[in-house]
This record gives sequence, structure tokens and C-alpha cells, in this order.
Amino acid sequence: MKRTLVILLRNPLSAFGVLLVATVVLSALLADVIVPFPEHRGAVVDFANFNQPPSAQHPMGTDLVGRDLFSRIVYAYRISLLLGVVVLAIAVPIGVTVGLVAGYLGGRVEYVLMRLTDVFLSIPPLVLAMSIMGVLEPTLINGMLAVTAMWWPWYARLVYNLTRAEREEGYVLAAEVLGAGRVWVMFREILPNCVPSIVTKMTLDLGFVILIASSLSFLGLGVQPPTPDLGSMVADGATYLPDSWWLTVFPGLAILLAVFGFNLVGDALREILGADQ
Amino acid sequence: MATPFLSIEGVRRVFGSGAGEVVALDGVSLQVARGECLAVVGESGSGKTTLANLILGIYPPSAGRIMLDGAELPARRRIEHRRAIQLVQQNPLSALNPRRSVGASLRLALDVHAIGPRAGRDAHVRRLLEEVGLPGEFARRAPAALSGGQRQRVAIARALACEAPLLVLDEPTSALDVLVQARVLRLLDDLRRQRGLTYVFITHDLSVVRNVADRVAVFERGRLLETGPVAQLFAAPAHAYTRSLIAAVPVVTPEEDALRARIAQGGPAS
Repeated sequence: MKRTLVILLRNPLSAFGVLLVATVVLSALLADVIVPFPEHRGAVVDFANFNQPPSAQHPMGTDLVGRDLFSRIVYAYRISLLLGVVVLAIAVPIGVTVGLVAGYLGGRVEYVLMRLTDVFLSIPPLVLAMSIMGVLEPTLINGMLAVTAMWWPWYARLVYNLTRAEREEGYVLAAEVLGAGRVWVMFREILPNCVPSIVTKMTLDLGFVILIASSLSFLGLGVQPPTPDLGSMVADGATYLPDSWWLTVFPGLAILLAVFGFNLVGDALREILGADQ
Repeated sequence: MATPFLSIEGVRRVFGSGAGEVVALDGVSLQVARGECLAVVGESGSGKTTLANLILGIYPPSAGRIMLDGAELPARRRIEHRRAIQLVQQNPLSALNPRRSVGASLRLALDVHAIGPRAGRDAHVRRLLEEVGLPGEFARRAPAALSGGQRQRVAIARALACEAPLLVLDEPTSALDVLVQARVLRLLDDLRRQRGLTYVFITHDLSVVRNVADRVAVFERGRLLETGPVAQLFAAPAHAYTRSLIAAVPVVTPEEDALRARIAQGGPAS
């Protein structure tokens, strides 16, 4: 862990990624402290200051009802990260378990589980999430549900392939010959050998979940106002381009930096942990 | 032989079905007495590893039965059968989980079979390591910090951990350096004598056979060609195939011996 961090910081590109990720995470955690207008995360209206370009008081300008954009972006990070963490916290255990069981037990179990996974994988992710959101109410919880439903199959496929390879290793045979149970062999022998690949994919995916969630709310299907969300901020401002450029550029840049940061770290982790899958 | 410890009776094993059917073993019957070391030799594809997997219960025989100490082993092995038959694999690099310490790998055997009091198992692990000639503090190391020979010793310690009377040794020395090979063979031989273990020793190396085995079973393409005491088989092989296997062993002639002695003393080779 410590060694990994040292290597991460030694490479300028991955160090930049760590810096971006740290900035995003810290600003989300410390939003209440660093933000000039904490109350602007909700339904506040200040028509005296609406649609102002960046200034000393509002470093990223104000939106159409006069709220400080910088404050809203920082709070949006909080929502996006929360969404990403919750989605992965649900999707990863499901996907990992499906992949482990299918890959280790094989036979009919493998057939059923992996065909089910294929069905989910065959639907374009955004379309699947949109159709779920279309049926359900567009709330934050349902947004998480929709993104989770499209996310677990990727982990099932990844862990399935890893398990298939690990199953041939001698230590798995040794544990079986010793009489260890199937659950033990799957979760205590095979799973630890899949962890580097899973961690790498999770890091990359945190960026992608933020991107997908933003895409959904850009289409009006995600987080609903007045809760700040990067995707809907970009959508709201798009009509006023190019004159009120700050309405779209700063939230867009915020998405870019977060996704870019998680990608840089994820790519670096893949090399360090040797999880090339 | 009164009651053989391990008895294989008319065993056949087929893989696949229809046109892709492969008969890996056919009509194999053989017995191993308690405390005996039976060497199983043959080229790759002769069915040696299939035989090992059948004994270990990795998969059941298509026909025939396998008896241990007078009782038939079921297709689905129970925990006491697992405890009775253990394995040392060919490749020491993959036999230990790279993500777990050596001690954790050994402890698994003690935990699965509830051997000894829970609190004493870490000490037991260290004792096991010492029994195979490794320092007890190796328990904390990762397998990657051990050499091939050391890992193979750990694998042997794991096989001993659950006090199995029967060990299947699947080419346990063929992935090791020559010097390490000799030491591991010596260790296996000593353990067998001290503990009265029974070995099914799979190998393709006839010089190993001559050193450690009591009897030899020669396999060719899934069939048991002949069995017999080592000395008899080397002196009077019944089958042409056995003769060709023996002929393939590099023999040290007196001339060659003298040559080696000169080289060892630093003299000219010719």
C-alpha cells in the first residue's frame, strides 16, 4: 500500500492524477468549510446577482438565479462521489460474487450466470439506465439503482475470466485436496488474487460512474434540482452559450478533471499492481 | 500381499464423449502395500496424472473402483478421505497461494481438519516447517521470498500437516535444480521411513525411481504394461517399451566416470 503510493507519486503523470483525485475528494469532504456560499447548494434565489461572469466574489460566476457556481460545483462533487461510491459498493460485491461462482463452479451454474451477464452487457449502458429511469421516478436513489444495474456485469465478466485462470493454479488444487470448502476456495484462495485487477477497475470506474451520472442528469434523468449536479449544470447552461460561457465551461471542466484524475490513477495502478487484464 | 493399503481395481477413465472421446486410463489394476513406495513411470500422455487425480478424487473413475485400506473410496470424497490422501505437485511456483503467507497455507490444513487445539496451531505450523528442514520463522514469509526447493519443502509440510498416510507425489522434483532434487528426494525418503508413509510416486525420471522406489508400474497410453520390484524391472524388463525407457537413462560408464573425475580436478577434458 505504502509502496504503491510512493511509486504513484514518483511518476509525474500519475502524481498529477493523485493530485486531481485528492483535490476532488478533499473538496467534496470539506465542502462546508471551503465554499463561500454554502446555502447556494439549495433552492436559493438572488436575482440581484444572476448570470454574473467570474469575479472576485464569485470566482466561477453565478448561475441563472444568482447562485455561486463554484459553491455549487463543489457540492456537486460531493453528490457525484457519493453516487460513485454507493454504486460501486453495491455493484462490485454482486459482480464479484457472480463471477467467482460462475468461474469456479462451471457447468450449468456458469451457463446461467454468464448468459444473464451477457444479456445485461448487450444493452448499451446509457440506454439501460435511461429505460430504468424512465420507469422509475428520477430521484438520486433511483439514479444509483439504474447505474448499479448496468455496472455489476462488467465486474462479473472481469472476475469470471480471472477465476477461470486461477482455477488452474496448483494452490487451488492443493486447497481442494486438503478438503477446504468451495466457499473458502472461492473467497479466500481465488479472490485475493483478483483484488489488484478489481481495485484498478474500481478506480477507473469511479470516473466513469461520475461521467454516466452526469450524462443521465444532462438528459434530465438524474439528480433533480435544486440539488447541484454537474451534468444538469452543463445542460442548463448550454442554451446560453457562447455568451454566458461560465455556466457550462466550469461544470464541464469539473467533470473532465475528476474523470481524468481517476483515469490517470487507475492506469498507473494497473501497471504497478500488474493487473493487466 | 495380505490386504493392500491402496487397491485400484479395473479402473477406466474416459474424457469427453462421442467423436472427441479420449480413453485416458483403461483396465488398470494395481496394489500398493502400506509403507511402500510405488513409482509410476511413463511418457506424458500415458495416464500417470489421470491415475493421480483418480486416487485424489479430483474426478471419479468411469468404471472400476479404488479401495483404501479395504474400503471403497466414494466418487464424492468425505473429509476423512481428503485427510487420508495428500498431494505434492510438480510445480512449486504455483502450489502455494502467492497472496497468503507460508504459515497461512499450512494452517489451512490444520484448520480444515481441526488438528490440535486452535491456540497451538501456529506453533504446530512452525514445527511442521522444521520437520522439512526449514526455519520456523518462514511461516511469516510470502511464497515469493522462497526458492523453488524451499517452496517444495513447504508443499511437503502441507501434505504432512493432516497426517495423511498416503501421499501422491506428482513429479515432485522435476521442476527443481539437480542439487535441490537430490535433497528433496532424500527428505521424502526419510519421512517415509520415519512415519511409515505410503507413496505413489509419479515420475518420468528412471534414475529417481532407482533411488527411492520399491516397485515400479510402467504405463503406456493409458494401459499398465507391467509392474515389479525395481531391481527386477531394471534387470529383466518384460516389455520392449520398458526396455526403451531404461535405455533412455543416461548411464555413467567407467570411462565417463574417469573423465568426470579429471574435469572435477581441473584437468583437460580430453
